[in-house]
Amino acid sequence: MNELLHGYLPILIFLIIAGGVALVILGASLVLARQNPDSEKLSPYECGFEPFADARAKFDVRFYLVAILFIIFDLEVAFLFPWAVSLAHIGLFGFFSMIVFLAVLTIGFIYEWRKGALEWE
Amino acid sequence: MSDFWSGYFWPTVITILEILLVVIVIAVAMAYLTYFERKVLALMQRRKGPNVIGPFGLWQPWADALKLATKETIIPSGANATIFLMAPMLLFMLSLVAWAVIPFGEGLVLADINVGILYLFAISSLGVYGIIMAGWASNSKYAFLGGLRSAAQMVSYEVSIGFVLVTVLLCVGSLNLSQIVLAQQHVWFFIPLFPMFIVFFISGLAETNRAPFDLPEGESELVAGFFVEYSSMSFALFYLGEYVNMILMSAMTSILFLGGWLPPFGITPAHAPYGTIWFILKISFVLFAFLWVRATFPRFRYDQLMRLGWKVFLPASLFWLVLTAGVLVWAGWLPARV
Repeated sequence: MNELLHGYLPILIFLIIAGGVALVILGASLVLARQNPDSEKLSPYECGFEPFADARAKFDVRFYLVAILFIIFDLEVAFLFPWAVSLAHIGLFGFFSMIVFLAVLTIGFIYEWRKGALEWE
Repeated sequence: MSDFWSGYFWPTVITILEILLVVIVIAVAMAYLTYFERKVLALMQRRKGPNVIGPFGLWQPWADALKLATKETIIPSGANATIFLMAPMLLFMLSLVAWAVIPFGEGLVLADINVGILYLFAISSLGVYGIIMAGWASNSKYAFLGGLRSAAQMVSYEVSIGFVLVTVLLCVGSLNLSQIVLAQQHVWFFIPLFPMFIVFFISGLAETNRAPFDLPEGESELVAGFFVEYSSMSFALFYLGEYVNMILMSAMTSILFLGGWLPPFGITPAHAPYGTIWFILKISFVLFAFLWVRATFPRFRYDQLMRLGWKVFLPASLFWLVLTAGVLVWAGWLPARV
């Protein structure tokens, strides 16, 4: 096995162990504790009301907008990671290329700010 | 064949034992964090806190765990049972797995991978899935709204956390967490990067859904947010995950800004027992700050929370990132590649 992948082996083992621990904790309580379900107990909680509609209703579009904005900025961060690590080697040209990229994104950010995409009420 | 035993078998066994040790230490630390939280909050409000079970109430966390374990697991009739049960397991697994790259001392790290910080960033991003899954699968209005809010909150603050991480990377020139600690031998990063330290700490509070940003579970309007339908051990797994995440966020703060295992002013050596003790002390200090904030500040309103994340932290951290990069390039202080 090559050296790089070898370093990740503990993470794989850790993932398996963590999954095992989670399964054991959940499974043990399912098996050991007395289960006594009835239809009232299993109905969704709604402050004592009979639930009067499905929970999967329409929701505010702004959550969607936040998700889109997040993708844009998270990608930006993903581009910044390699740039930050190798900045000493790419010189002024590398530095200013990223500044131009950030400036373009900032213009977009100002636009969405002015358009009110960041407003909540 | 001897190559198999000495090359793969025994190293794997040792790794498994190390992982079990880390898991046990984290589980105990998490149990006593709940105790610590109740004690600190109680003392700040001039109460006594848990003091009945055991000396000074020290057995309280175990009594709580036992009580939760004997309760009935309720799977609501409208819920998607598989996803409903997977969500807490996922959150719990993620909060544990992140510890694989945390250096507890010089060389004391399970997986010394060279993209450690990126790994932590990725794992903490995945936490959103657990919350969305829980909120969706419960098929309850409170859980659904709580899940949505929580997800939006976490992704909003993740952006500024990302910028803070990149700023630290600029000063280090490596993604490896041990390298990040070693780069702070002369000065801990919270001094030159103080504004970023504050942004990171507050974003950490928001990322772990702690007070004053605990409005996904704001009990006055959403009862308990995305885990309102959970009971017994499936609830306990959420709770475990949340507290382990708190400890993880404190560990990240210590590594990135407070010099990890390095002693202040070199008053003790940095090697094995001392380094780890300093690291634990720093984590405890940051955790205390988390609880202190909880005892002090009222909960934010949701629009204030989003405003703070997108209109204050995002531009501020972006500005500081560019400023730091500019200063480093201009002064020629960029770290040489190791």
